[in-house]
Amino acid sequence: MNKLFRAKIIKNEQLTKDIYLLCVESPDEIQSKPGQFCLLKLNQRLDPLLSRPFSIFDHVSGEIKFLYRVKGKGTRILSTFKKDDYITLSGPFGRWYPFPQGDFIVIAGGIGLASVYYLMKRFPKRAYLFYGVREEREILFYDELREITKEMYISTEMECPYTYKGIVTELVKEKCKNLSLPIYACGPMVMLKELKKVVKESQVCYVATEERMACGVGACLGCVIETKEGFKRVCTDGPVFDIRELLL
Amino acid sequence: MIPSLEVKIGNLTFKNPVLTASGTFGYGLEYSQFVDLNLLGGVVVKGLSLRPKQGNPPPRIYETACGMINSIGLQNIGFEAFKNEKLPFLRKYKTNIIVNFFGENLDEYIEIAYLLDSLEDVHALEMNVSCPNKTTEWRKMGLEPELLRKAVKEVRAVTKKTLIVKLSPQVTDIALMAKICEDEGADAVSLINTIPAMVIDIKTRKSMLGTPTGGLSGPAIKPIALRAVWETVQAVKIPVIGIGGIVSAEDALQFLIVGAKAIQIGTANFINPRATVEIIEGIKQFLIEENIKDINELIGSFIQ
Ligand SMILES: Cc1cc2nc3c(=O)[nH]c(=O)nc-3n(C[C@H](O)[C@H](O)[C@H](O)COP(=O)(O)OP(=O)(O)OC[C@H]3O[C@@H](n4cnc5c(N)ncnc54)[C@H](O)[C@@H]3O)c2cc1C
Ligand SMILES: Cc1cc2nc3c(=O)[nH]c(=O)nc-3n(C[C@H](O)[C@H](O)[C@H](O)COP(=O)(O)O)c2cc1C
Ligand code: FES
Repeated sequence: MNKLFRAKIIKNEQLTKDIYLLCVESPDEIQSKPGQFCLLKLNQRLDPLLSRPFSIFDHVSGEIKFLYRVKGKGTRILSTFKKDDYITLSGPFGRWYPFPQGDFIVIAGGIGLASVYYLMKRFPKRAYLFYGVREEREILFYDELREITKEMYISTEMECPYTYKGIVTELVKEKCKNLSLPIYACGPMVMLKELKKVVKESQVCYVATEERMACGVGACLGCVIETKEGFKRVCTDGPVFDIRELLL
Repeated sequence: MIPSLEVKIGNLTFKNPVLTASGTFGYGLEYSQFVDLNLLGGVVVKGLSLRPKQGNPPPRIYETACGMINSIGLQNIGFEAFKNEKLPFLRKYKTNIIVNFFGENLDEYIEIAYLLDSLEDVHALEMNVSCPNKTTEWRKMGLEPELLRKAVKEVRAVTKKTLIVKLSPQVTDIALMAKICEDEGADAVSLINTIPAMVIDIKTRKSMLGTPTGGLSGPAIKPIALRAVWETVQAVKIPVIGIGGIVSAEDALQFLIVGAKAIQIGTANFINPRATVEIIEGIKQFLIEENIKDINELIGSFIQ
């Protein structure tokens, strides 16, 4: 009965213009799996009111990391937290990625990397990573990713000498004609929609989804997404779903 | 000396006046990882209808300054699934179980109230007459005095359980509506439900929600709720349960002082999943500091 905790911030580092890495101390009893998320409380005041959901980017003993992009007022406040400040969080919540049996494909669109990094790290040297970003300077953790993946392909929307130019799903189509490995993906809705077109009915493809949340525990019914079986809650029935289940 | 926090509503005793508000605490299970439900005065579950209901398209929530707007649309699992899948868990706890219910028409209100009456572990019924979608005549029962009168009378006739009527703030005179409930035999009234509200994306010129409007809740509505409770308390003898924007013991105490017999905690559960128990503890501390032995001495002690 204790998934709500105050944690000391180890660092809150700015990586690009708007992307930050937040590392907090975590109590020993907290256990997590790749694909799960936490709710971060931004202040003790009433505006912003609701906590914000963030994927667990990485979890090593005593430390949980979050990778986030500043979007609005909540994440802007989050970016002002300093080392040694305290933050209240709850979790981990949600369903995780079903563990891959062998090699697997990962597709990360931009900040979507936050959800799949932990999975690749947990199963090192087994992921074929397809990582799509807008421009070269948004490529994060290049060396680490090289280290933990089996193969890595990067696409950028803007011209860059070392990468494929275009959107990441095009790159996947080009490279994976014959690969029938399970796919794990996280990225913006447009990417998931494209992916749904690419994936064959027979292919296993898990995607992490997003919707605005209030409670994070399945109580408010605020975070629903449309599936073949009607509305399901992203926070407890997801955030990871089989793409074939979703009406995107 | 530990002060007494016990209050009575109808023939029901509550170990303390802190209940959860419908739709913000699921079926209890969801928050049992944070809160020992035995500590609560009562758990009011998500609004229930005869048959399962899909609710509105997403997005369903949007945050506003010190509040949130929701357009859930009363999604729920329906009577049978509640009885078979949710009640067995809830009945293990020593707390009052209150089922919030509604229907698409008056017959459905009557039928579900009748069915709920037969469930031993349900202690009270909370009749939601403030459905946000006002397309049919009966959806207006929270707004039109004569429709409300008929509805409460007919529902009262089919249940002996403690009957609470939950009122909408969207009327000129909420005390008048409460008086009607009292006249027709309701044991208590609870107020307020969410306040109809809107939010627009100026680029797309569309609603930020999946529907044009939703219901505003949270600290932003507290002063409005407090005033509504105060007006109602003066008009009726039956207990009034205060709801709206309560996030702290101090908020809760304000409602008790103006005369609420109990209070419900809604949106605050989302902000702090342990809000209910922290508020109970805060109320207890206040009574100790003020040397008040029984919470009933505080209730209605407002000085004009
Ligand atoms: C399960 C889950 C995991 C997430 N993991 C991460 C993560 O690891 N890193 C990360 O950077 N972001 C993540 N997000 C998105 C993140 O929660 C939102 O970006 C954040 O809540 C925005 O808060 P804000 O106060 O800054 O923005 P607001 O001021 O509330 O809104 C600014 C903009 O962000 C959009 N927005 C608000 N809430 C969400 C939301 N829940 N999802 C998507 N867009 C939203 C709004 O529509 C608006 O356009 C995740 C979301 C979910 C549901
Ligand atoms: C997400 C959500 C769902 C709700 N669902 C119901 C419901 O099913 N039935 C009902 O009578 N009230 C419902 N309400 C209204 C609350 O019970 C309460 O009256 C309102 O939110 C005001 O209290 P608060 O400001 O403490 O949240 C809901 C409110 C919210 C925020
Ligand atoms: S956020 Fe409340 S049900 Fe998912």
